[in-house]
Amino acid sequence: MTTIQKKSHNPIAHLTPDDIEQLGRELDAIRAEVVASRGADDAAYIRTLIKTQRSLELGSRVVLLASVFPPAWLVGTAGLSVAKILENMEIGHNVLHGQWDWMRDPKIHSTTWEWDMATPAKDWQHSHNELHHTYTNVLGKDNDLGYGIARVDEEQPWHPMYLGQPLWNLINAVFFEYGIAAYDLELGATIKKKKLKDPEFQRRLKGVLRKIRHQATKDYLVHPALSIPTGSFLSTLAANFTANIVRNLWSNSIILCGHFPEGVETFEKRSIEGETKGEWYLRQMLGAANISGGRAMHLMSGNLSHQIEHHLFPDLPSNRYAEIAPKVRALFEKYGLNYHAAPFPKQLYSAWHKVVRLSLPNGWLAETTLSNAPSQLAKLYKMATGGPKVRRAIVARDKQLARRAA
Amino acid sequence: MPTLTLRRIAELAVTPLVPDDYLDLFSPLRRGAQLRGRVVEVVPETRDAATLVIRPGADWAGHVPGQYVRVGVDVDGVRSWRAYSLTHGPRADGNISITVKSVPGGAVSPYLVHHTRPGTLLHLEQAAGDFVLPDLSTSAKLLFVTAGSGVTPVIGMLRNLFPSTDEGVLVLPRSDQVDITVVHVAPSEPDSIFLRDLRALDRAGAIRLVPRYDDVHGLLDMADLANLVPDLAARTTYACGPGGLLDALAAHHAAAGLALQTEQFRATTVVAGEGGEVTFARSGAVVDADGSTPILEAGEGAGVLMPSGCRMGVCYSCVTPLLSGAVRDLRSGDLTTAVPGETDPGGVLVQTCINAAAGPCTFDR
Repeated sequence: MTTIQKKSHNPIAHLTPDDIEQLGRELDAIRAEVVASRGADDAAYIRTLIKTQRSLELGSRVVLLASVFPPAWLVGTAGLSVAKILENMEIGHNVLHGQWDWMRDPKIHSTTWEWDMATPAKDWQHSHNELHHTYTNVLGKDNDLGYGIARVDEEQPWHPMYLGQPLWNLINAVFFEYGIAAYDLELGATIKKKKLKDPEFQRRLKGVLRKIRHQATKDYLVHPALSIPTGSFLSTLAANFTANIVRNLWSNSIILCGHFPEGVETFEKRSIEGETKGEWYLRQMLGAANISGGRAMHLMSGNLSHQIEHHLFPDLPSNRYAEIAPKVRALFEKYGLNYHAAPFPKQLYSAWHKVVRLSLPNGWLAETTLSNAPSQLAKLYKMATGGPKVRRAIVARDKQLARRAA
Repeated sequence: MPTLTLRRIAELAVTPLVPDDYLDLFSPLRRGAQLRGRVVEVVPETRDAATLVIRPGADWAGHVPGQYVRVGVDVDGVRSWRAYSLTHGPRADGNISITVKSVPGGAVSPYLVHHTRPGTLLHLEQAAGDFVLPDLSTSAKLLFVTAGSGVTPVIGMLRNLFPSTDEGVLVLPRSDQVDITVVHVAPSEPDSIFLRDLRALDRAGAIRLVPRYDDVHGLLDMADLANLVPDLAARTTYACGPGGLLDALAAHHAAAGLALQTEQFRATTVVAGEGGEVTFARSGAVVDADGSTPILEAGEGAGVLMPSGCRMGVCYSCVTPLLSGAVRDLRSGDLTTAVPGETDPGGVLVQTCINAAAGPCTFDR
C-alpha cells in the first residue's frame, strides 16, 4: 500500500475538480432518496431483527443450561455465537452509528444503546464514528490503519519488531473486543506520552474496566453458575468463551476485509486539508472494499459487506445498502473508478497477505523464490539483527541494483 | 430479601441489557413494564374521527373524566407523541378510550383514525390534566362550550355522569342534581363528532344541547351566548377548543364578570422576530432556527432526541433546561432568559414546543 499521492499511476488523476463536485451531488441525491423513503418497513426490519436476536440469545443460553451434553453444547454455542455476531454487527454497530435515530425510539437510539462488547459504546463512538469515519485511510490520522500496532504501509520504515506482526495480528483477532477497548482508550499513545495518571484517562479506564467486569461476570460466572444443577458449569463457561472468540474472529475478519485488501487506497495527511464534500466522498469510495455474497453474508457482516456504501453514508439504515449498491457502482463506472468487491475468502486472503508482506522488508516477499531462499534469508537475518545503519545500507544497495537492472 | 437477589442475578445475566428488554418480548403490558396499551377496538365515529379502545398496561393508575393521556405512536416508523382526551370515565372492563379527529395533513391523527388496527401497541403515559369537574355532591349548574375535537374531554365527563346502556342513558343518583347545557360548535353537522351521544343525552333529559353549525348558523358570536343560554350568569362555564374561540369567550366572560375554566387544544402562535443559533450541548448539534420555529422542532430536525408531548404547551413533557441565552414564548411573546452564574446552574426549564430562539441559546440536551 502506498498513499495515492505517491503512486506512479494515480487512479483519480483523470477527474477534474468539477467532476468531483458533480460526483458529490450525485451521491447526495442517492442519500436523499433513501432518507425520503425511510418508513414503517425499515422500522419493522430493525425491530424484528432485535427481537429475533434476543430470542436466539435467550434460547441458546437456555440450551446451554445443559451444556454438559455435547449436542446441547454444540447447538447452544453455535446459536450464541450467531446471536453475539448479530448483536455486535447488524444491530449494535449500526444503531451506534445513528442509523435508526430517525425513528425517535429512545430504546433504539445512538445516545442510549449499549452493546455486548468490552468497550463502552460512548468510547467506541468517539474513535469510530468521529475519527475513523472522518479521516478514513489517512495515514497518521486514521488509527484503524493497523490499530497502532502494525506496519500498514511501505512508507513506514521497516523494523525487526514487525516480523512478529502476523502473530500480533492473530492474537488481536482472537481477543478483538479487548483490542478495540484498548484502542478506544488510546492506551498505546497514553503509555507513550506517560499520561497514565491523567484524571480524564483514569475516568475512562474505570469505565472500561467496569464494562469488562460486567461482561465477564455474565459470561464466565452467572451463566455457568446457573448451569450447575446439570453439572454444566465448566462446559457453559467454555461455550461462552468460544462464542466470544468466534464473534471476535469474525468481526475482525470483516473489518480487515473492509479496508485492508490490496488495492484499497490510503491518503497523505496533507491531502485532506481543505477537503470538499465531493473529495471526502471520493476518498471514502477508494478507501473501502466490499465483500460480494448473498443475503446471509450481508446480514452476518452487519452489511459491512457493503463497506463502500457504508462509508459513503454511515448513517443510512444498513438494510438499504444492498438497494443503493448498484447505483453507487454505476457512479464508479461513470467516473472511471475501481469498485473494489470480491468474495470473502479472496478479500481475507488479500488482507492477510498484506499483513505478512509488510511484516517483512519492502520487496522481500515478492523477490523470494525457492532458488534464492538461502541468500534472501541471510539478508533478512542481517537486517533483523543489524542496527538501523545496516538496514539503511542494505535498502540503499537494493535500490541501486534495481536501478541498474532497469 | 430473596426477590432483590433474584432481580440482581437477572440483571447480571443480561447486561448490558436489562431484564425488561427480554420480558418485553413476552409480556409488554405486565406490571413494572414501561407503560403501553394494546388497541382492542377501533370504532369509526364520523368519516374523519374514530374512537380507539385501548387495554392499558397493568400499571395504569386510572383517571378522572376530563383528563387526557399522552400517546406515543409509530407513524411511518417514527415515534410521535400526542395528547388526547380520555373519552370515558373509568370503565368496568378496565379499558380506556380516546377519540381522535383526523387533522388534514397531520402526521399522527390520520394514521390513528384510518390505519390503526386492533392489536397495535401504543406507548402511554399516566393520565394528566386539570380540566376536570368539581365535586358534584351538591347541585351544580354548568355550561360546556366546546368546539371541534374540544368536545372530547367534555364527552369524557358526560359519559361518566350519565353512562350509556342498551336501555338508554342512565341518570345515576350522583348526577341527578347536575344541570348541564352544552353549546357545541362545529363547521357543519356531519363532522360533529359525538353528536350522536350528545343528542341521546339531550333526548334523555340529561343535558340541554345547543348545536351551532358554522354553515347553518354562521360563526358563533359571543354576544349571542346570553340568548342561547338564558341563565348564563348562573352557570359555571367550562370551555375546550381552539385558541380563537377561547380568547373570544375569555374576553366575553371577563367583561361580564363570569368564571371560566378552559383547556386549549391548539397553540395560538404569534410570529416572533429574531431567531438564532440553537446549541444542544450534550448531543453537540447546532441549528440555525428562525424566530417562529419551536426549539422542539429545531432539535428534532437536527436529530436530537427531544422529549415531547402535546406540542401545544399544555403537558410540560418537553421541558428542557436552557443553559444560556433567551427564548420567546410563541403564544404570549414573553422572553425567558438564562444567564450562567445568575440563574439556576442546572439551567432554566423551558417548554421547547412553544418557545423559539430569541438570539443564540444553549440547551442541556
